[in-house]
Amino acid sequence: MSERVAVRKTYKLFIGGKFPRSESGRSYLVQSANVSLASRKDARDAVVAARAAVKGWAGATAYNRGQILYRVAEMLEGRRAQFVALGVPADEVDAAIDRWVWYAGWSDKVAQVYGSANPVAGPYFNLSAPEPTGVVAAVAPEEPALLGLVSVIAPAIVTGNTVVVAASPAAPLAAVTLAEVLATSDLPGGVVNILTGRLTETVPTLAAHMDVNALDLTGVADAELAADLEIKAAENLKRVLRPAPAGHDWYADPGITRLTTLLETKTVWHPKGV
Amino acid sequence: MFEYAPAPESRSVVDIKPSYGLFVDGAFVDPASGGSFKSVNPASEEVLAEIAEAGADDVDRAVRAARSAYEKVWGSMPGRDRAKYLFRIARIIQERSRELAVLESLDNGKPIRESRDVDLPLVAAHFFYYAGWADKLPHAGFGPDPKPLGVAAQVIPWNFPLLMLAWKIAPALAAGNTVVLKPAETTPLTALLFAEICQQADLPAGVVNIVTGAGDTGRALVEHPGVDKVAFTGSTEVGRAIARAVAGSRKKLTLELGGKAANIVFDDAPIDQAVEGIVNGIFFNQGHVCCAGSRLLVQESVADRVLESLKRRMAQLRVGDPLDKNTDVGAINSAAQLARIRELSDAGSAEGAERWSPPCELPERGFWFAPTIFTGVTQAHRIAREEIFGPVLSVLTFRTPAEAVEKANNTPYGLSAGIWTDKGSRILWLADRLRAGVVWANTFNKFDPTSPFGGYKESGYGREGGRHGLEGYLNV
Repeated sequence: MSERVAVRKTYKLFIGGKFPRSESGRSYLVQSANVSLASRKDARDAVVAARAAVKGWAGATAYNRGQILYRVAEMLEGRRAQFVALGVPADEVDAAIDRWVWYAGWSDKVAQVYGSANPVAGPYFNLSAPEPTGVVAAVAPEEPALLGLVSVIAPAIVTGNTVVVAASPAAPLAAVTLAEVLATSDLPGGVVNILTGRLTETVPTLAAHMDVNALDLTGVADAELAADLEIKAAENLKRVLRPAPAGHDWYADPGITRLTTLLETKTVWHPKGV
Repeated sequence: MFEYAPAPESRSVVDIKPSYGLFVDGAFVDPASGGSFKSVNPASEEVLAEIAEAGADDVDRAVRAARSAYEKVWGSMPGRDRAKYLFRIARIIQERSRELAVLESLDNGKPIRESRDVDLPLVAAHFFYYAGWADKLPHAGFGPDPKPLGVAAQVIPWNFPLLMLAWKIAPALAAGNTVVLKPAETTPLTALLFAEICQQADLPAGVVNIVTGAGDTGRALVEHPGVDKVAFTGSTEVGRAIARAVAGSRKKLTLELGGKAANIVFDDAPIDQAVEGIVNGIFFNQGHVCCAGSRLLVQESVADRVLESLKRRMAQLRVGDPLDKNTDVGAINSAAQLARIRELSDAGSAEGAERWSPPCELPERGFWFAPTIFTGVTQAHRIAREEIFGPVLSVLTFRTPAEAVEKANNTPYGLSAGIWTDKGSRILWLADRLRAGVVWANTFNKFDPTSPFGGYKESGYGREGGRHGLEGYLNV
């Protein structure tokens, strides 16, 4: 009996909950697979999808968002072997699963930790609470491809932002496979959009895009490119997370700066009286 | 309107020197270049003093003094001692508040009633509030051992000169940073008096440095490689330039920029209270307020009533001598700002909006602009889109709450918003949907040191005030 011929996977982009090829029709050979080479137009399409998803996702209850992030952890756990087969170290897959769980729990706590009731000197109710900033464009770190990607996506979306993320160009298979996890986790389409390809092609478009509210440069290793992207981001005063310092420990406690940089604080006043 | 006898506050409480140097390393020094500019009283165009203009060399000297003070004294001083210096400063401000208020009104043109009753109490309160944080930083929610950043470069505007100084310096010092602050070129005098207060408080030399000058001085300061933090309050245009200037550096940046706030009045609002809020929202401080309620969105069914009442109220506003205790609206801060207000107002008329001002006699000398409203404004008009930063209100109408949200958010800015309605659930529904950092419901233009202030979108990022205000000055 002849050996069974395997069914190979086509690795595509993840935009608006769907898996389109690049509109440019291009792909590149990486990790022994043809992977979509996203264009500037794909980046813009992804922003449109991300913007469309903001209202529903930011408007969902924190409890609901937390449940969905936890569901992502469940789905990832179920596909653990698949990621290992792609060459992701087992302990990295485990850390990525645990990171989803960690962030899932933040959904209904960040407002309590980062908000405040303010004792103003007058007869006023005064409350500050965080809100999502909107659409976040992010660059995942080159390494570790899965844990780094999760560590960039989860803190952005848990508070109600939507994200367009450029995956590690050299190791995109984990990103596309993560998209399959996300697509089966009850996460609404457009909340996470994943682009594969060259950073120099897609990220400048995202950095300059006037409908993007924040730019996470975590994975930009080239200091000159990072500075140029930050300059582009200034045009509409995007909130900027600067590149992670070399040697950053992705396995350590992430802290809450990634969460809070992508939040706006809203303070509401109302007089007290009868 | 009742005839009131003039009730001027006495100028004798202030002693303005003919000229001022830069405040560097605890002493007033002459600038290396020897350049200077004049600060004038905008209500009379009288020259108040000659002010040193800091060049790049002077800025460098100030940054080095701040660095040295950070490394040798302030950065390692126990928080409880930093706190005591800040409490001392707060007390001296309270003790000298009349002097500071009169000086502020002279240099800025704002009514003494506002500088005395709003600016100065808030300035002292701000120092008092942050003084108490200096020895409690591990409890502020930014981890067990938050550290200062180092030297903070701070550039502030002319609309609330001393209050903006307090918003910048108090949290910076409480967190353990040292500062180099540049006041606006049209309103440097209270910052220079503050420098004297630092001397009076025996604040260690170099912890606070004040460099005076215009845009070039500010640019030299924010671009200086020796600063770790940049804080700016001012126009969105300059804020953008600063964001570009610090790109690629590790300087932490907070920006508090322009606004075009919607003040939304529903048909069930108490009209008289709402009108007071509208007037306070746009005519407070001559409308030189980044969070001014410069777009009135009034529900169509009550628009006529609200406008009639608003016009009647506006006719009662007293415009004139800022030092007169009865004055409601003072002088426009500068000739340049007056030209900008005129240009945008002319554009309002040219684009088809209808302009109205109460009968109002303006002084002959100085910079003045009568309180003005435009009706029939559309969202496409420049006066509905651009920040005027003057006593000019654009009136638009809406029918449904959803339309109010749509119109309120239809701006690149997102600093503040106002809501006037008797219905609690509607306030909370709307507050959730307004993309603005401060939402005043059934009130407007309220400020407090414990209350975070700052914008969404192109109104900047970071918050000043409250626990949140510490974050911009800590390595978190």
